[in-house]
Parts: sequence; structure tokens; C-alpha cells
Amino acid sequence: MSLLEIKNLHVNVDGHEILKGINLTVNKGEVHSIMGPNGSGKSTLAQVLARRESYNVTAGEILYQGKDLLAMKPEEAACDGVFLAFQYPVEIPGITNAYFLRSALNAIRKSRGLDEMDAMDFLPLLREKAALLEMDEKLIMNRSVNEAFSGGEKKRNEILQMAVLEPKLAILDETDSGLDIDAMRIVSRGVNAMRSPQRSFIVVTHYQRLLNYIVPDYVHVLVNGRIVRSGGAQLALELEEKGYGPAEDLARSAVPAA
Amino acid sequence: MIAATQQQLGNYLESFSAFDQSAVGHELPWLRKLRQNAFARFCEVGFPTTHVEDWRFTNVSAIAQTPFELGTTSRLSLSSLQLEPYRVSGAAAQLVFVNGRFSQELSRIGKLPKGVIIRGLAQQIAENPRETENHLGRYLDIQREAFSALNTAFLEDGGYVHIARGVVLEEPIFFLFVSTGADAPRVTHPRNLIVTEEASQLTVIEDYVSIDAGKAFSNAATELVAGDDSFISHYLLEREDQQAFNVSTLRIQQGRNANVASHSVLLGGSLVRNNVHPVLAGEGSDCLINGLFIGNGRQHLDNYMLVEHAKPHCGSRQFYNGILDDRAHGVFHGRIIVHKDAQKTDAKQTNRNLLLSDNAQIDTKPQLEIYADDVKCTHGATIGQIDESALFYLRSRGIDEVSARNLLLLAFADECLDRMKPGPVRAHVEALIHERFLKRFRRSGWPILDL
Repeated sequence: MSLLEIKNLHVNVDGHEILKGINLTVNKGEVHSIMGPNGSGKSTLAQVLARRESYNVTAGEILYQGKDLLAMKPEEAACDGVFLAFQYPVEIPGITNAYFLRSALNAIRKSRGLDEMDAMDFLPLLREKAALLEMDEKLIMNRSVNEAFSGGEKKRNEILQMAVLEPKLAILDETDSGLDIDAMRIVSRGVNAMRSPQRSFIVVTHYQRLLNYIVPDYVHVLVNGRIVRSGGAQLALELEEKGYGPAEDLARSAVPAA
Repeated sequence: MIAATQQQLGNYLESFSAFDQSAVGHELPWLRKLRQNAFARFCEVGFPTTHVEDWRFTNVSAIAQTPFELGTTSRLSLSSLQLEPYRVSGAAAQLVFVNGRFSQELSRIGKLPKGVIIRGLAQQIAENPRETENHLGRYLDIQREAFSALNTAFLEDGGYVHIARGVVLEEPIFFLFVSTGADAPRVTHPRNLIVTEEASQLTVIEDYVSIDAGKAFSNAATELVAGDDSFISHYLLEREDQQAFNVSTLRIQQGRNANVASHSVLLGGSLVRNNVHPVLAGEGSDCLINGLFIGNGRQHLDNYMLVEHAKPHCGSRQFYNGILDDRAHGVFHGRIIVHKDAQKTDAKQTNRNLLLSDNAQIDTKPQLEIYADDVKCTHGATIGQIDESALFYLRSRGIDEVSARNLLLLAFADECLDRMKPGPVRAHVEALIHERFLKRFRRSGWPILDL
């Protein structure tokens, strides 16, 4: 059984059709990259998978571990192992990063019938994961979630959360944007350390560069709400060389004239 | 309506004639004059209307039209058992006032260090009128404030604290004001006088509660004199029931390098006006004015700040957070006056509000009057809803919707708690705030979060 099956997914946002029939199958342990020009629907797909409710699914279905993902609330999907690393992580003043992460981990543990972790047990775990991402302890322990974090710190914080919550399906939404090459290496190391036969990734990116560090099994090109090409890792290199132009031509030819 | 109000002024006149001749200290000429002048001033101006700028957003006609009976005239008593939920631990003293009158039996006063006097104001007036005269009525502005004039006219009892030079009282002092008696609408005029000498330290809490009170009006006033280099924390906790009217005025007089923190937490009452008026009258003094107001139903919670910088090198920081649900109406009016001599003033004001329903309302108004030329004054106000993207972010990490909402509300309230010194008082306030949230959610039928 595949981990994720997206079938003919159509999504409207504010009355506009953004996704126009997505089909995608992700098996356990695979890394899929979704590439495409800005505005092609990549982030919409990522948010729908994390169950953002304001996005209106007009047709199609998503099966996650054989269950109807679209019937789940965001917290239910999260407890079942879906994780989205946000393109724009949200600042939450007044809640410390450590408290937030422990609340999240405990919510997930509770849903799985595990005991909640107290602060004493949680801290060593958090420290270990933070060290992997070379994050300053002060940032994690004392500061409010993402508040006054630099762009790079926010993205690392997303990966830190992923490392703590250990999802089955991780969706990285343009985690590379705004990162310098050092930060990108650190983030990629964090992601690669988590690759396992039990865990799948969907890496959404605009640039091929990230894929030098996180090498995908499959690359899909999303243009104008449709996946127009799929291939192996070498497809990303081709796109880097030729740009999205040819793919966009393909998208146009695939659309019947109105 | 005007006729009705006139008639009510008539009621006050009747009460005053009797009160003036029998109240504690009526034989003291200075006190009698203070009361009579204040009453005359009140009659002159009457209750404020919304045409008065300082009362633009708050209509007090419900107070003006209710025929209140003077609370102290009836001798209602409470049992110690009824007070149990309001007891606090770790306090130097808890003075209990029943309908404005000090109750020796219900109060708890521990062994106090030398140089600390804590007693009812009536007793202080009777036993040490000369010392009282030095401060009582010297700071409150009865010309400008009708409710302060009314309070002064009927002043008789309340909390009295005196801290001698250099004395540090680490345990807090609680004043518990209980409104009780549902048989008739009652008004009380608690009057507190807190005098701290040079380099002393004090934490004092005014706690307003109702026990089977019906319609009650607490018109409280506090004069707080912070001596040079003193370190004073004052807390106002308003948690009367949803029929109560409460107008409270805190007038702070700060000496040189005096450091004062005023924390107001408004959780209860139907119509509440919270006046905080520090005068930074000594060079280098500093004032933190911190507040949180949480309203639902039809509660009206009005915060009126008047911060006067009178001397150079003083700092004031105002932070007020409001959370309003249902049809609640909040007001924040932050006035800062920087007098001509007050160079190098550093004044800051921030008011942040969360509206949880479409019918909740907030009026926020900064007002800066600056007569010195070398000052730093900043102000800002925000009004918003629960941040939907923050809510989604929390939920996407596995935290359920109700818990996520609670977390965001508590985080917002915590901004105010974080400005209170860690310790038993803050823990007490924190517990009251959490209780308030739970009440709200219980009423809405939401599941209750174990925090």
C-alpha cells in the first residue's frame, strides 16, 4: 500500500481554481520533489495536505495510509504523522519554542496512547535535535515561537520541529528560499539524517539547488495546477538548464482550447 | 432623565447630611471641611455625561439613576466560611472590608516588622488625626473628577498603611473589599491611604469581590505616596459579579527615584472604570502601568490613564492588553502630560486588544500633551482577532483547536503577567486569569483544557 495517493485533486482558493487535477503517488521511504514556477500551485498542494480548511477541494481524493485525508482536521493529520514545514513560519508571541514543541509532541503522543513527556525528559531530546541543526539554545528555550527570528532561523526551526515530531510524511514547502548556502547545508543535513525506509518526503522547491543536497527519487513539474512532467533526479538538472519554459509550453498544449 | 438624576443627587444630599454629622472624624474641622468641599464640588458638577471628553466612551447613567443606599449604614456581616475562597496565603496581612467597613474579626494581620502600620482608615483617623491630615485628600483631584469628589465626601473607612523609612516589607498586603446584601442596591466609598517613607518597599493588593451582592456600586479611591527611593507594587483585582458597578481611582505621588508598578486586572463587574493617575513629582522616578482587561457578555471596562511627568529624568511605561468577547465594550484612554520642567522624559504607551466576536468593541485613544522640548514619547495601539494563521500553525503540529485557541489567548494575557514580579502574588493573579478563561469556555460549552 502506498503512503499517499492523490487522485484527480481539484482545489479552489478564493474562487479561483488553483489545482486542476493532481495525481501523485508516494510510497514509503521515497523522496519526491515538486518543482515549478511561482504561482503554479505548489504551496496550495502543500497546505491542502496539511489540511488548511480555507482551501476548498472541489473534486478528487487523497488517501493517506489508505484513509481519507480530506476528512481529517489539521491536528488529526498531524497526529497521524503528516508534517508541513511552512514556507512562511508563523510568529507566536508569548509561547516559548520549547513549550510549544513539548505541547505538540505530547498532543501527538497522547493520540497514540503514549505517556506525556515532562520537561525533564523533553529537554535532552530537544537539545540533541537542536545541536544537529546548530541552533542556539537561547533561541529554543527562552524565545517565543519564531518571534524576531531571522529567515534562516525560522526555516531551521521548522526542521527542528520535524526532527522532534518524527512524522511519516514530511512536506517541505520552499524550505530553501531565503537560506544562504551554509544554512542550506545545515537544513539538508537535518533532513537527510531523517531519511528512512519508513519516512517519505515531498520537497517543494523553486530551484534545483536544494536537490544537490537532498537528492530526490522522483521529480515532478507542476505548472498551472497540473503535473506536466515526472522523472528522476536528472529532470531537476534539465529544468535548471532550460528553465520552466518548455514545461510551460507542455502545460499549454495539454489544455484544450476554451 | 435629567429629572431622575436630579432626584438621585437629592438622595445623595440626604445621605450626606446624616453622614456629615456622624461619620468618624466629624468633629475634626479639617476633615469636615474636606468632606463638605468635596460634596459641594460633586453637587456642582454632578455625574459626568458622555459630552465630557474624559467620559466620551462610558455612559454612567445606570449609576446616576440607581437609588443607592450608603453601604456602611447597614450592619451586614459575613461568616468566615463565606470568605474562605478569597483567602490568600503568604500575606503579611489581609484586611477585610464588608460593604466598605473594616472588619477586625474577619481580617488577618500577622506579626509585622517594626515601622509597619496596617489598620482601617477609620481607626487611623480616630487615633492619629494629625498624621492623617498630612496626606489624606492632598493628592486626589476632586475638582476634575466627580467620582473622586463623591468618594471624598463620603470617605470614612478603607485600608491604611504606613511604612517607615528604610523598612522592607516583602510579604504583600491584601485589602479585600466585599460587596454583600442583595436586598437593596448599595454604594460604598472605600478610601485607602498608603504612605511609604524613603527607601521602603511594599506590595499592596486591592481585591474587589461580591458575595450575594445584587446591584452594588464600589466607588473606590486610593492615595499612594511613594517616598524617595521607595519600591512599590500596587495591584487592582476587579472580580465583582456581573451586576456590579466599580469606579476606582489610584492616585500615585512619586518622590525622587521612587519606583512604582501599578498592575490592574479587570475580570468582573458590569460597568467598570479604572483610573490610574501617577504624578512623577521627583526627579528620576519611574512608573510601570500594566493592565489586563477581559470582558464578555455586556461588560463595559474602561481604563483611563493619566500620567503626569513633572520632573526631569522620569520614565513611564504603559502596557494594557484587552480581550473582549460577546458584546463587551472596552476603553483605553492613555493621556500623558509632560510638564515644562520634565526634560529627558521617557514615556511609552502600548494598548493591544483582541476582539473575539463581531459585536465586541474597543475604543482606544492616546493623548499626549508635551510642554518640554527634550523628551521621548511613543504610543501605539493594535486591535485584532485571534490570528488564524497562528491557529493553523499550532493545529498543524497536532494541538487541537480548543487548546490552540486557549494557548493563544493565554499567551496574550501572559504578556501582562510577565511584567509582574515572579512570586506568590503573580501566581495568585495567574490563577484568577486562568479561572476567568475557564469560565468563559464553560459558558460557551467548550471542553476545558487542563493547563
